[in-house]
Amino acid sequence: MPHNALAIAFPIAGTKAGRAVATALIALAVFGLLLAAAGKDPFRAYLDTLAYVFGNAYGFSELLVRMVPLMLTATAVALPARIGLINVGGEGQLYMGALFATGGAIAFPEQPSFVLLPLMTLLGFAGGGLWALLPGLLRAARLVNETISTLLLNYVAPLIVSYLIFGPWRSSESAAYPESTAFSDAARLPAFFHTRIHAGLLFGIVCLALFSFFMAKSRWGLEMRAIGGNPEAARRLGIPVFRYTVAVMAIAGGVAGLAGMSEVSAIQGRLVMGLSPGYGFAGFLVAWLAGTSAWGIAFMSFLFAIIASAGDILQFTQGVPYAVINVLMAIVLFIVLGQRQSRRAPR
Amino acid sequence: MTAALLAGVVSSAILSAVSLVYAGLGELVSERAGIVNLGVEGLMLIGASVGFAATAATGSPYLGIAAAALASTLANGLFAYVVIGRKANQLASGLTLMFFGIGVSALAGKPFIGDIIQGLPRIPVLGLPFDVLTYLTVPLAVLLWWLLFRTRWGLALRATGESPAVAFAAGKRPEMLQYQAVLIGGCLAGIGGGHLSIALTRTWAEEMTAGRGFIAIALVIFAKWNPLLVIPAALLFGAAEALQLQLQAAGINLSPFILSMVPYLLTLCILAFWGWRRQTAAPAGLGRTFLGVE
Repeated sequence: MPHNALAIAFPIAGTKAGRAVATALIALAVFGLLLAAAGKDPFRAYLDTLAYVFGNAYGFSELLVRMVPLMLTATAVALPARIGLINVGGEGQLYMGALFATGGAIAFPEQPSFVLLPLMTLLGFAGGGLWALLPGLLRAARLVNETISTLLLNYVAPLIVSYLIFGPWRSSESAAYPESTAFSDAARLPAFFHTRIHAGLLFGIVCLALFSFFMAKSRWGLEMRAIGGNPEAARRLGIPVFRYTVAVMAIAGGVAGLAGMSEVSAIQGRLVMGLSPGYGFAGFLVAWLAGTSAWGIAFMSFLFAIIASAGDILQFTQGVPYAVINVLMAIVLFIVLGQRQSRRAPR
Repeated sequence: MTAALLAGVVSSAILSAVSLVYAGLGELVSERAGIVNLGVEGLMLIGASVGFAATAATGSPYLGIAAAALASTLANGLFAYVVIGRKANQLASGLTLMFFGIGVSALAGKPFIGDIIQGLPRIPVLGLPFDVLTYLTVPLAVLLWWLLFRTRWGLALRATGESPAVAFAAGKRPEMLQYQAVLIGGCLAGIGGGHLSIALTRTWAEEMTAGRGFIAIALVIFAKWNPLLVIPAALLFGAAEALQLQLQAAGINLSPFILSMVPYLLTLCILAFWGWRRQTAAPAGLGRTFLGVE
């Protein structure tokens, strides 16, 4: 993999509104044809989705709920990208964050919220952080490329979760379906306005704001940009590249771990299998589309959340597997990928 | 360990390695031309679902394999156009292809969930109980080695992987060679996926490849971009999986989830152990976008 991957992986998004609308329309048309070919009614599917997402408070709140893990996993990609590292391990880091947070909730069921929630947040951050620390160390020691190591660890983390919920942490109440013991009420992140919108949204907003602030205003951000621009030059300038590599990967993993913590604590209330329908991978694509801007990440997470909501609708009303929505996402991305960089390519 | 148990482990190790060999060889050819494809997982899924569907519909496992190869070649054509024709980022395009494959395979396989098919028949040769795709792995690896290292086409392809600009200056057509390599990669990944659903499990389930596409990518590094080394490397992974099934059958109490981690962790350990030296084996232009020459 190239060392100048940053420049290739995250060109600042400069898509004009008209172009974006055209992309969306083409993608919807192609996906509609595919649905029609499978014997479904694409127009009804799209209308149902619009009615669901924007027609009532519940649908819209679900949209915000889905944005949370996407914003966090995308931040976990955008941060290391600043120093030229490619973190494709958001999925595994999310699972480890969920696992550590669950450990806290199960170990201290009697504690009140104001103790338990900060503890679980810290544990979630630590879990994801540790899971990214290893690739960070391997990369910093110039042993294994972080793209490959983070990818591989994505598959290990869910297996550890499965081991625990089939084994030591298995709830005695639900014999049929493997899951951990339910959390105490104190271990649940509070929801707002009688919806499922939960305090995890604050994690997302705070992480994005901190990311944006530190990159623009702090010495760390400046030094990280120097490393991203030319690691060798940064090293000669006396910037501790090794320490930055390890620390940035660990912090990024921690942010993805928060996504896992908020999913188990606010949404599931227990550790389950299939916690994430690929949020980690989708987060990578969100960050890639958004460039490195915090607003871009928030906006792209919103768009991806709409697509994910369409998946729910398709599943309920048309009996299509949820995974099919990945096709719509992929079509959008392929169109955008096809537009990108073509301007720069001399013909 | 008894002889029967050992024979069982070896034979199931070989069978579960077959899909990895095909997918790994495909990725290897693509990477030799300088294109990293992280979408192998999606390609294998398309191969597995379309192959299974075609087998269920026609009753012929061979037609099923052909359909699997064709479908994922077409899907990889999309990837090829985006990364070669439109110069898009290879990592993002590969992950997009993975999502595309997950979605398309779920849609294509849905009507066939639970169907019973006639699997790829076992043909006994010299007392070995394997199917035709298994026997073909060794000749295929040798063929690809010969093509890559002993023919003009292979030299041009490898030159493209090292430096497209130099290949261009030498009168080759780097983009055409990259298209060929990526399409070969798609075809082989499809056959690998087809073997999984048609010969190995004989069922279709959503996301049944469970990370094999990513193991195939790791295999290529593990094999130092040499087709002949892909087979022993794949066998190692197959053995970890087979051992897990046999231990369970033998009633040894070890969580299947712990054993399933072994191949991934093993890859990571070996990569770390090899360290920087392996980098010298990688094509120099891997993952870089060739923007043409002025």
